[in-house]
Amino acid sequence: MKSQFKKVLPLALSATFMAPLTQAADLDITIQNLTSGMSFTPILAVAHTPDASLFEVGEAASAELQAMAEGGSLDGLASIGATINADALANPAGGLLLPGMSTTGDLMTADGNTVLSVVAMILPTNDGFIGLDNWTIPTEAGTYTVYVNAYDAGTEANDEIRGGGAPGTPGMPVPPPLADAIGENGSGVTTTSNNMTVHIHPGNIGDADQAAGVSDVQNTVHRWLNPVAKVTIVVN
Amino acid sequence: MKSRKKIKLLSLVVTSAMLLAACSDNDTDPVQPVPVPTPTSVDVTYEVTVTNLTNAQPLSPLGVIIHDEGHLWTIGETASLALETMAEGGDNSQLLALPVGLANASGMAPIGPGNSDTVSITIQDRVDSYISVATMLVNTNDAFTGLDKYNLAELAVGDSQTWRFAALDAGTEENSEAMSTIPGPADGGEGFNANREARNIVTYHAGVVTNADGLDTSVLDASHKFDNPVIRLTVTRIE
Repeated sequence: MKSQFKKVLPLALSATFMAPLTQAADLDITIQNLTSGMSFTPILAVAHTPDASLFEVGEAASAELQAMAEGGSLDGLASIGATINADALANPAGGLLLPGMSTTGDLMTADGNTVLSVVAMILPTNDGFIGLDNWTIPTEAGTYTVYVNAYDAGTEANDEIRGGGAPGTPGMPVPPPLADAIGENGSGVTTTSNNMTVHIHPGNIGDADQAAGVSDVQNTVHRWLNPVAKVTIVVN
Repeated sequence: MKSRKKIKLLSLVVTSAMLLAACSDNDTDPVQPVPVPTPTSVDVTYEVTVTNLTNAQPLSPLGVIIHDEGHLWTIGETASLALETMAEGGDNSQLLALPVGLANASGMAPIGPGNSDTVSITIQDRVDSYISVATMLVNTNDAFTGLDKYNLAELAVGDSQTWRFAALDAGTEENSEAMSTIPGPADGGEGFNANREARNIVTYHAGVVTNADGLDTSVLDASHKFDNPVIRLTVTRIE
């Protein structure tokens, strides 16, 4: 990141004179988990060119997005970011972002990286994620707020039972901090995924039985209504 | 300004004193006492109109305050006792009595689904304070909604601003939906109780589960479900 920034700086200086609409920017990005009972896996915020996109509603998820949405892995998306010269803020919370909590990081954007995308998996879900898609970074200094919805990657059936986070592995990953809150022995809410494209998440069903029932998530805790996250961007 | 006026007045007095001294035979005093202008208070009045957008969640009477300091709530932080009292039982009296309040007003009655209520609030001589509004979704454990700290300097006379707001969770009571825990007409149960804290931070609300959707112990039925937004709120400056 730092070396990239050094390379970018002369460009940024010239941009202020030549191309104000594509100039580099110095951003403070704050992501707040607005939900009462859901956690976010490591967050990825990337500034990139408008012709790129981490996901498109109504289109099938990429393998890299699938790995993030099903298991919280940022590796695939980060390597795509590197190949398209995106600027990345990865895992500012240093792990899970719990309900109500906020995390802040700096993002220096290179000339031409004029849009911002933010993703993180939502736990406990099978393939739910928070998604900000190609939000145009304002050129005017100031503080901007965006409310973000929960999406379903469409890559895994929402069975809501314990399983794994690797792509293609059914069930939900359960990291240690969530182990006590999530039930077991659920029979599974469903085995099919109706919409195989990225779409607004229909929400968890859950049940009231932590030792059996159809779901391992608690129906009075692990649910949400949109929006699920607030992203505050300070353009310096 | 004031000091310049004073100097002017003083010189008038001096001149007239000299005039008087010069025309001591004149028995009509030409100097009129200059009235000290009494500061008159100007009423600044706002109307807050809330429309209940839910299917079957009456809203508790609106609590409206004008203030300079503080917030009624902050997402991610613990609810105040005053907010907890409102969010669990619909009682806005402590919010209205907050020491930071410069003016307050309450709705006269709950607002039924599909209905609206308008509350007027007046403050003297201030146009740059903040307004906050809170109301409970009464067929829940501790769901509420409203407007936190809007800067009234944005509004000239006749201006208005409209928002649609999501349901929030005070985090001060577990969302059990159990019998006798919900104060609204769906249950007629207990309102405020200082105990029973859940996560104990204010967040967005996850919605209600109800007995129609897998929570057998819930006193709520399918009619009580809601989605965001739950209210439309307009603030209008009328004078």
